[in-house]
Amino acid sequence: MPSAPDLAARLREARTPPGPLQDKWQHYKSTCRLVSAANRKKLTVIVVGTGLSGSAAAASLAELGYNVRSFCFQDSPRRAHSVAAQGGINAAKNYQNDGDSVFRMFYDTLKGGDFRAREADVYRLAECSGPLIDQAVAQGVPFAREYGGSLRNRSFGGVQVQRTFYARGQTGQQLMLGAYSALCRQIAAGKVVLHARHDVLDVVVVDGKARGIIARNLDTGAIERHSAHAVVLASGGYATLYYLSTMAAGCNATAVWRAHRRGAALACPSWTQFHPTSLPQAGPHQSKLTLMSESLRNDGRIWVPRRAGDDRPPHAIQDAERDYFLERRYPAFGNLVPRDIASRALRERIDAGHGVGPLRNAVYLDFRDAIAEHGTDTIRSRYGNLFRMYRQITGVDAYQQPMKISPAAHFSMGGLWVDYELMTTVDGLYAIGECNFSTHGANRLGANSLLQACVDGYFVLPVTLGRFMSEQIGTAPPSCNTPAFDHAETQVRARLQRLLDVGGHRTAREFHRELGGILWQHCGVSRERKGLEQAIDDIRALRDRFWTELRVPGAIQGVNSELERAGRVADFLELGELVARDALHREESCGAHFREEHQAPDGGALRNDEDFCHVSCWSFTGDDSPPAHHAESLRFDTVALQTRSYE
Amino acid sequence: MSLRMRLQIWRQRDRTQAGRFEEHELTDLHPDMSFLEMLDHLNEQLVRAGEAVVEFDHDCREGICGQCGVVINGRAHGPLDHTTTCQLHLRSFADGDTLTIEPFRAAAFPVVCDLRVDRSALDRVMQAGAFISTPVGGAPEANSIPIPHALAESALDAAACIGCGACVASCMNASAVLFTGAKVTHLALLPQGRHEAPTRVRDMVRQMDTEGFGHCSMTGDCAVACPQAISLDVIGRLNWEYLQNGLLGG
Repeated sequence: MPSAPDLAARLREARTPPGPLQDKWQHYKSTCRLVSAANRKKLTVIVVGTGLSGSAAAASLAELGYNVRSFCFQDSPRRAHSVAAQGGINAAKNYQNDGDSVFRMFYDTLKGGDFRAREADVYRLAECSGPLIDQAVAQGVPFAREYGGSLRNRSFGGVQVQRTFYARGQTGQQLMLGAYSALCRQIAAGKVVLHARHDVLDVVVVDGKARGIIARNLDTGAIERHSAHAVVLASGGYATLYYLSTMAAGCNATAVWRAHRRGAALACPSWTQFHPTSLPQAGPHQSKLTLMSESLRNDGRIWVPRRAGDDRPPHAIQDAERDYFLERRYPAFGNLVPRDIASRALRERIDAGHGVGPLRNAVYLDFRDAIAEHGTDTIRSRYGNLFRMYRQITGVDAYQQPMKISPAAHFSMGGLWVDYELMTTVDGLYAIGECNFSTHGANRLGANSLLQACVDGYFVLPVTLGRFMSEQIGTAPPSCNTPAFDHAETQVRARLQRLLDVGGHRTAREFHRELGGILWQHCGVSRERKGLEQAIDDIRALRDRFWTELRVPGAIQGVNSELERAGRVADFLELGELVARDALHREESCGAHFREEHQAPDGGALRNDEDFCHVSCWSFTGDDSPPAHHAESLRFDTVALQTRSYE
Repeated sequence: MSLRMRLQIWRQRDRTQAGRFEEHELTDLHPDMSFLEMLDHLNEQLVRAGEAVVEFDHDCREGICGQCGVVINGRAHGPLDHTTTCQLHLRSFADGDTLTIEPFRAAAFPVVCDLRVDRSALDRVMQAGAFISTPVGGAPEANSIPIPHALAESALDAAACIGCGACVASCMNASAVLFTGAKVTHLALLPQGRHEAPTRVRDMVRQMDTEGFGHCSMTGDCAVACPQAISLDVIGRLNWEYLQNGLLGG
């Protein structure tokens, strides 16, 4: 674990290259240390996760000649949750001749993130966006096309240009299949060894450098050691912390949290995006929330009954008795305000007792007026697939009655702190894609997540890994038979056994559900001091109960999905406390982080640039001591800090 | 309103041991529950009783990752056409129904445990050639390869396959031609993918045979079970590519 002064110096420097913003990445690429092809084939890299960033990185590193070991918990790399992204991927191609540029995209992203990200990293993201589209097309990603054959774009939230590329509502899946195909090619070439159905349960650090992992084979239960010259985490987001989220059932924080315990700082872990147009929870049995594309807000009008507790059916409530609260509060943007603002407004009305549906946990998204104006056929041509999906899940025909929607945890902006090279605070340990904290700041713009994952994996890491790897030339492949591996494996085994030995009467899912409830209540769309303090106490108490009341049948040996789940929930119970602490520490409202104490009289967010223009980095100090806070100050040399307003 | 269901579930510790059906009666179910949430519910009861949970595959639970899939009353992914197991809800069944739940059955999909099977054979078919050999960083400007709208849409129709394996599970020959044909079609339709089309179709078909998938009798069951409604046309395209390249008997 780096010492405190080392850590402070590392955070301060962040390995940002010198020179003007526009030249930094070129400068870096022109002057960084390289590893020759002859040496690359002597070096091994472990990549944890096979989503867009992980598959892209594994394939690209293998193509360079590195030996890659790739791990995923799913049964095939193609199933990683990148597949679920519907909307699109942004790129500053300016194909529409509408004034787009790398600088404009950089600015939109930085502003969308409420000026809580590094200028240099955000600029690089925008700079690499054009070549990324070229790369995806070359791989055979079937993006939408104009009749003449050129690529088509559409607009997305928070920007005034059309820079979003898409493949129907399956952009994530198609990009994922592109990255998976590149990975398949390298597996066939023998440069990537794939370990599907493996849960990574620890990171092994030897003499301050990440040298391997401990994994459990989910088909046999075997605990395995894998060593390498460097370890890359591409393990995705952890919004499943909230139990109900738009994430896949298996999404988890274990690799991130175990890396944190081994010395990797976590940055702004409480910054979570809540998507406003998810389907509401229908009952206690619910296991996940399904997203409805936010494009529905183009024609749907959001409302609740004026009278709290009004449970008449929607058609019986006359216009005068309806509160179109987004149109009322934000006349300029109306139903199209950005995600964080919409989510907050929805939550406020629901909490005030105006929620609809059997659990009073939703608001209406009503197409009555759009159908009257444009006709059913037009609305069907625009949203037919979404209306079908809505009917499939809820059994309700949204042409006849309004949809019910509600906000849901969706994306983790926070994550492992990384420098410009995407290296964490542990040497040789990298974090890419959603599991890191980087370009999105305090709020991610729509269609930027696929981009960040791809750019990290294809373009950035393969270059930046060279500096560390150039120092490993001549180092023999690390051995798995060292005290550090012995120690880590012993700890992993002991922890699994401890989960099995509790012998209580409650399921891991019950604890997960309860943790999600606490965080949703106190550390969700909006937060305030008292609630957060309560959440910390509640989570600690819940964690104690977990370790006395849990029941996990079966053994370490063999298939045991309940043991997998229990381990993930145990880590969530530790991370959850840190998330609440992070939210409590930040005395300002910025992006998706809204502290009720810090709002303008009109309900707008009040940022505190004086005291909080920094990234909050937390380091682990032990199970019985509070985490240590360090600040990475953010400098804005190119743009001026502005107030983000959508009034 | 609560539902009652009788479940006959296939239990098999691992592939070395014989399997059997195990019966469970569930009483407090809700029509809005998804089929997999019903299994979650059963598993929580089993955990509290200290018994091993029913192992089944699932992840995104929104019909796109392709990881879930069981046979329900003899049909892959259950009674609805073009619907993944995770998108099936209990309102599709009647109160008191008996559901027989089995893993996807095929020689190329050995059972791992209970309802989980090993579908890595599909990954190996992909590794045999389901890619365009383009190095990272060397791609030409995206708009330098015009692709007409209709062609791009047809390629996407085929590329939409989620790789769940329901086509194999519903085929009397356990054939994977719908899966393989979808990928061959996606890449062969695009100009970028044309150059490698002859070797791709040869290598993927060879791998498909090696894995023990059966041949196609064109009954069309696969296309009905397919959650993405992949058209039987892709099988025609696969055969055409194969024949065009003089591979039959070659």
